Amino acid sequence: MIPELGNFSLILAFCLASLMVVIPMAGAITNNQLWMSLCRPLSSGIWVFMILSFACLAYAFLKDDFSVNYVARNSNSLLPERYKFAAVWGGHEGSLLLWVLILSSWSYAVSLFSRDLPQDILARVLSVMGIILVGFLLFMLLTSNPFERTLLNPPIDGTDLNPLLQDFGLIVHPPFLYMGYVGFSVAFAFAIAALLSGRLDAAWARWTRPWTNAAWAFLSIGIALGSWWAYYELGWGGWWFWDPVENVSFMPWLVGTALIHSLAVTEKRGVFKSWTVLLAIAAFSLSLLGAFIVRSGVLTSVHSFAVDPARGMVLLTIMLVVIGSSLLLYAIRAPVVKGSASYTLTSREVLLLINNIILVVSTAAVLLGTLYPLIHEAIYGEANRVSIGPPYFNTIFVPLMALLAFALGIGTFSRWKKTSVAYLKQQLSKVLIASLAFGIVIPVVVTSEFNISAIVAVVLALWIVFSIAKDIFNKTSNKESFFKGLKALSLSYYGMQFAHFGMAVTILGVCLTSHYSVERDVRLAPGDSEIIGNYEFIFEGVSLQQGANYQADRAVIRVLQNGNEYITLEPEKRLYYATRATQTEAGIDVGLFRDLFTALGDERGDGSWVVRIHYKPFVLWIWLGAIIMAFGGVLAITDKRYRSKKPVKETQSESGLSVNTATKTNLSAEA
Amino acid sequence: MAAPRKQRMAIVGFIVAGSAIAIGLVLFALNEGINFFYTPTEVAQGAVPDGQNFRIGGMVKTGSLRTGELEGTLVEFLATDCAQDIPVSFTGVLPDLFREGQGVVADGYIDSNGIFQASQILAKHDENYMSAESVAAMEASGASCDP
Amino acid sequence: MNKRALLIIPGLFFIAMLGLLLFGLGRNPNMVPSALVNRPLPEFSLPGLKLNASAATSLIASEDLLGGIRIINFWATWCPPCHIEHPYLVEISEREKGVSFIGVNYKDDLDEARLFLEEKGSPFEKIIVDLDGSLGIDFGVAGAPETFIVDSFGMIRYRHVGVINHQIWEETFAPVISRIK
Repeated sequence: MIPELGNFSLILAFCLASLMVVIPMAGAITNNQLWMSLCRPLSSGIWVFMILSFACLAYAFLKDDFSVNYVARNSNSLLPERYKFAAVWGGHEGSLLLWVLILSSWSYAVSLFSRDLPQDILARVLSVMGIILVGFLLFMLLTSNPFERTLLNPPIDGTDLNPLLQDFGLIVHPPFLYMGYVGFSVAFAFAIAALLSGRLDAAWARWTRPWTNAAWAFLSIGIALGSWWAYYELGWGGWWFWDPVENVSFMPWLVGTALIHSLAVTEKRGVFKSWTVLLAIAAFSLSLLGAFIVRSGVLTSVHSFAVDPARGMVLLTIMLVVIGSSLLLYAIRAPVVKGSASYTLTSREVLLLINNIILVVSTAAVLLGTLYPLIHEAIYGEANRVSIGPPYFNTIFVPLMALLAFALGIGTFSRWKKTSVAYLKQQLSKVLIASLAFGIVIPVVVTSEFNISAIVAVVLALWIVFSIAKDIFNKTSNKESFFKGLKALSLSYYGMQFAHFGMAVTILGVCLTSHYSVERDVRLAPGDSEIIGNYEFIFEGVSLQQGANYQADRAVIRVLQNGNEYITLEPEKRLYYATRATQTEAGIDVGLFRDLFTALGDERGDGSWVVRIHYKPFVLWIWLGAIIMAFGGVLAITDKRYRSKKPVKETQSESGLSVNTATKTNLSAEA
Repeated sequence: MAAPRKQRMAIVGFIVAGSAIAIGLVLFALNEGINFFYTPTEVAQGAVPDGQNFRIGGMVKTGSLRTGELEGTLVEFLATDCAQDIPVSFTGVLPDLFREGQGVVADGYIDSNGIFQASQILAKHDENYMSAESVAAMEASGASCDP
Repeated sequence: MNKRALLIIPGLFFIAMLGLLLFGLGRNPNMVPSALVNRPLPEFSLPGLKLNASAATSLIASEDLLGGIRIINFWATWCPPCHIEHPYLVEISEREKGVSFIGVNYKDDLDEARLFLEEKGSPFEKIIVDLDGSLGIDFGVAGAPETFIVDSFGMIRYRHVGVINHQIWEETFAPVISRIK
């Protein structure tokens, strides 16, 4: 009965979502208060039924109900409990359920935390989110119902979860990623609501910002988790492969980052409105594109779900309706820029525009690289298949990100409207000298070699860090004490600086690990050893171990540091019983400044094995930087101006205006 | 007022220059990163230009895999589409799914001795050669072309 | 220039991408480029399979397949997907009178193959026995099931890897057959 209950609540959620599309929107158009006010209870109703539905599926997994087809395909009675729970989103149908659950959670969150939002705006926002909910619920009910059952002769046991996914990384990676992906639907809904109501003003940007930051922070963590998971689970020692599925999660992040910056300009200065709206639409559209690419099988990837063109058609239809109509609305309603520009070339506006251009160009390049195999096939025919390798992406990305880092330093000191060139020169010359000096000296002294790319990376990272430090110093220097000065700075200012600092950390991590990693794939017989720097890796041999639902060849590798016993690493190669699939588990010694990475390859006779032994400096910083960035995003949300319960009790139509003045006072307080 | 116009011209110029650089960069990078895909038969027919990096797909011919007796981490095997066999040489760790009689995709080039020097053996079953569906079907069937 | 016109650009870009994705969906993941497509049948002469084990076997040669559209299906009893597609092959062979089905029993046990066909019915007009898989090599098959469409002049026109079902038949086989008729 439980799966039927789950299915039933899914249907109820669909019905409520349909109502949420129609009633609040009709209310907003006819100015009917009652209809508009229905959006809040409707969104909470949808959320409750989605939770219930999700709980039913989780229950079916935990109770090994293999009469549910989806459970039978993605679980096994031997699977450990925690993976049974994670297996709920291990396949296409269940992950779609999680996707929709998260979408409903975001819309519920909007209804909860937008008490000071004018009712007609809230009604429109939730109605737009309702459209997306309806689309995806329909998709799930028609083509991908996780509750479908085989009641006659159900399988005795399930076929097990893909071993790649039996890992802590899987438990947390998709929820974060989806929180990010789907979170952009809020910014999207706000943009559409603003276009519909014709009130595309600073208040709109102010409402959108915290939601965008939240989604962006989740997505940052989600992408970092995915990369970290690939690092220790795929056993290649790599952390980013430019795989189509990685790319489709990265593109919304890039556009989301652009959106955050562009929203700042729109809120503070009221310009770039059309551009900002377009970015809001683009960020969510790219999320939808991601869902399409992962689930339709048009591109191949390790992550993609089973190929089913029928699903792809439905998703394409959803995209056509949602994105197509929003872009049409955009072409009709987006404001056309009026001639007068009140900012100079060195103003913060222009620097943020540069940031946006770099990020959008990067996105376009990733999009092109991801879809190029399709384009090529469309032009040259099916027999001519190509793939795009990492060299393409690296060639484009490295210079663009260097440019972005350089602009970031300048941007830190820029002011709205205009920044005098002399002031910038005065501020930046010291930062430039310091970052050049330290950036060249440190790598050369530490490694005693001159590696130009690594030096450029360190210089750029220091350029960002010193800019931040100098700016904080500038902002506190006129206060009586440094700490009083620190206290006076707003949380959103800290958020920005943390995010930028995180960027510097990630740049360092990416570049240093790329340039200074020592990677040895060696064949070792028991007793053999391999020396990297002051570490000696002694291969003690491989033994057979039993796990819950697998058996493993486990190697014992003793590591000596300067001749002293340091640690024992035990990389494994697992064979899962149910799927007969093998899976590598890396043995890693994690450190702040370097990782020791070992993975077991294949056996090469007479007890010798191929072993990957990698020394990876600063690799942790890649993900550390992402965490710091996400923390910055969260800090910015907690800024009190987003929570200000200022007297917004005037009539609905005027509230937009009052928020405007509230922003202005905040602005002056910050300046 | 010439200032705003001058400024707008500067911005437009910046965008034009930037996009020109970006397009150039993309074209250059595409050239670097593109991998053409060929089957062993096409390789044998000489469809691949000399010295070009490309991606070969096929099956690992049963009985052709040599590992243990070779030096270090060297691996040699024949990649076959059951019509033609191409010798492949690779140094490094073989992916988990690498097995005789199974699909294989490798990146590399043909050296002067006609041996495909693989720089990378792909761990996943790549649909460039066969769809996931057919690979799954073949895995389930245990089919192999042991010629 | 009218500035509003610029706002249409994202929409146009989106439509172009949508078209590309639609193309991506429409392309057939089971179509495998084969060196043999649009080439004549390889020369062969192999024994045929008779349902009665004691009956004398006759050789089937490549020339015997000329003169009509043939669907050549590589199958074996050890191949689970073949069990899946078999009932559909029987159904389609009864319905489609314009084409005839030729089975290639691929690296199989002949007694089991006979038993299989007795139980499930045979869609095949002729069954070629390919015990050592040599015909498979000539055709360049990678496994079973694989299916080829051969026109009446003995030219291979299409290669399909994997199971045939109703949808695949209607969407890929039927158009090829009506084109070469």
